[in-house]
Amino acid sequence: MNTLENNVASPTTPGEQHFPPFVASDDIVALADERITHYPESKLSAVLPLIHIVQHKHGFVSKEAITWIAEKLEIEPMKVVSVVTFYPGFRQSAPGKFHYRVCRTLSCAMAGSYELMDQICEITNIDRSQLSHHHPIVVSPCGNYSVEFAECLASCGTAPVCLVNDDFHENIKPENAQDLINKYQP
Amino acid sequence: MSDTPTTTKLLPKDEAAEKGLVNVQIDGNWIQVPRGTRMIEACKIAEKEVPHYCYHPKLTSPGNCRMCLVQMGMPPRPAPGADPVFGDDGYQEIGWMPRPVIACANTVAENMGIKTSGDLVEKTREGVMEFLLINHPLDCPICDQAGECSLQEFSVEHGRGQSRFVEDKIKKPKNVDIGPRINLDDERCIMCSRCIRFMDEVADDAVLGFSERGTHTTVTCHPDRRLDSNYGMNTIDLCPVGALTSKDFRFQMRVWFLKETKSIDVNCGTGCNTTVWTRGNQVYRVTPRRNDDVNSEWMPDSHRLAFHEVQGENRLTDPMIKVDGKHEITDWNTAINSAADALKEFESSEVAIIASARQTNEELFLTQGLADTIGTENVATVERTGEPDGKLISADRNPNTNGAKLLLGDSTAKLATIKDGLNDGSIKALIVLNEDLFEEANFSHDDLAGAELIISSHIIANKTAHASDIVLPGASFAEKRGSMVNVTGRLQRLNQAIQPSGNSKEDWEIIRDLILAINGESNDMYMIEDVVKMIAENVTEFNGLTFSKIGDQGTQLIETGVEIPLLTKERERAAAGIIVG
Repeated sequence: MNTLENNVASPTTPGEQHFPPFVASDDIVALADERITHYPESKLSAVLPLIHIVQHKHGFVSKEAITWIAEKLEIEPMKVVSVVTFYPGFRQSAPGKFHYRVCRTLSCAMAGSYELMDQICEITNIDRSQLSHHHPIVVSPCGNYSVEFAECLASCGTAPVCLVNDDFHENIKPENAQDLINKYQP
Repeated sequence: MSDTPTTTKLLPKDEAAEKGLVNVQIDGNWIQVPRGTRMIEACKIAEKEVPHYCYHPKLTSPGNCRMCLVQMGMPPRPAPGADPVFGDDGYQEIGWMPRPVIACANTVAENMGIKTSGDLVEKTREGVMEFLLINHPLDCPICDQAGECSLQEFSVEHGRGQSRFVEDKIKKPKNVDIGPRINLDDERCIMCSRCIRFMDEVADDAVLGFSERGTHTTVTCHPDRRLDSNYGMNTIDLCPVGALTSKDFRFQMRVWFLKETKSIDVNCGTGCNTTVWTRGNQVYRVTPRRNDDVNSEWMPDSHRLAFHEVQGENRLTDPMIKVDGKHEITDWNTAINSAADALKEFESSEVAIIASARQTNEELFLTQGLADTIGTENVATVERTGEPDGKLISADRNPNTNGAKLLLGDSTAKLATIKDGLNDGSIKALIVLNEDLFEEANFSHDDLAGAELIISSHIIANKTAHASDIVLPGASFAEKRGSMVNVTGRLQRLNQAIQPSGNSKEDWEIIRDLILAINGESNDMYMIEDVVKMIAENVTEFNGLTFSKIGDQGTQLIETGVEIPLLTKERERAAAGIIVG
């Protein structure tokens, strides 16, 4: 694969079973069209909300999604790539059905978030050695779970904290990792 | 009676304001610059160099490289109720700010002070250089940019010499095939974003962008939209480092071995100003040269790479005469005399000259002289048009149409007359100068069946040369001097960068020799300046002109009313304050 393809490539992960490939369904088009009306000055401004919509529905932002957003907003696809690759919150490959974002900023780190991460990985059989800047997400072999370190989730008083999909969990001691996993069964 | 004078002397600020100027103190000297001038431009006016990477006067100023940081000061704000205090020299005292400011995106103000040197500025530059070099590979000896690299130059002038960075360097893509003519090395990139802005603002093809902004910032493009614009290679010139390099030029020659010759592009009527880079008798590259009345600082890739044609395999290098259907190499005297003798076999009206709007003014003037010597009025030029690109490429693909109009009159219509003449037998001899009868002038072999004599002069062994009885090899744009008039009516000059290939000759000499061989007179034109002098004496528009008066930037000869679209857009942007211009 050439270097430029890497900009929009989505490495296959076991999580793909939970997310259908991107199609510009009526549903998505309606959501996008509504969003675009919020920015009468320049459609360019709708790039962030549109990426959110796509990721919410399809789990990650594929090359096809990037192309569709660019066409929808009449902007260069590179502009969409710039935004997608800037925000760690946007993914270019499929996560697990349940995506665990563990905070690793100071308060949580001191309160044991690294141990919590280790516990989650052990329970879900995730090999975290694959983590890198370019591949911040690792998915469990079963495809149900994935993990990622997040920066401050704005609840230092209740560290360590963790986001599972859109649910916020506080005071998760490493030894309670199993309870957290049990809450989310496929 | 009071001693107080009734008229107070005008303060420098009021004097300047009357002229729309402001006073700025740069490194201790007060100068006046127009209101709204960028600080970096004011420093340029004061002849103080401010190192910079991201700033370019023809592009917007994002201020992201931080290299142009200078110390700035303004008069302290007077206490409430107090009046500003002016010193004996009429200026207020400057209160220097403790932190530096970027000179590229800030404008000057009345009584502003700028320091482009000093402890603060030098320390700042050292710091910025150290940051820029953190991830930059230290491979200057194998980098193609070496010798014309701003990073290398400023590192020597403003760097601290050593890096304190002991952590791991970021690895980025190398040798990226970003476009058909351009190669990208992301590790060498210092993220100045000039290329991104150029493609967006000037080339109107915003394919480039940053991905993974942050520690891993990388210039790249979407794989479906490559850097293949016909203006893409300008990003190579803009790139201050060796990140974007020309596939055509990279690793061919070290730039310090190359000789620079100022010239103009001859591939369309715009006549982009160029620099021809040569070593020995070979052209290595052609780059655009700044001329705000012609091409700004850019040129199209297609024209930039067109020089390869003139040093190809099929260059004509020797005069040739056709004997029994086969071309035989001969010497110039024989060729010219044979041509003259052969022409004398025909009635004046039986001879036609197909000249070219690709010829220089000097060649065109002599071509008219040749027609007069022969006594024929059949002189035509070939029209050459194409789609204009709305930027720099003109619909007129001849570089000197206006020159041909001035020196030959309206000659394009006569082409059809000559063709008819050939077919009805009233024209029997053709002299073809810098044109191809078949592909360019649309003559068929049937049209030429009636031609008993064809004499042609060209640089390439084209079909016309094959069909000619006498072939006279001329010089390419890089091998001769001369002047041309572009679409706007601007007179510009070509300078000789290399010697004509093989035994070929400068075209004006070929035509002069032919005239002399026909009329038997002795030569009185030894240098091309002699021709220029004759043009100046004989053609009203050229009165008083000499080569040196044309200058490197050309001179407006006539007003044609034609505008170059790219310049129109640039001037609008400059007027709106988006760019400096």
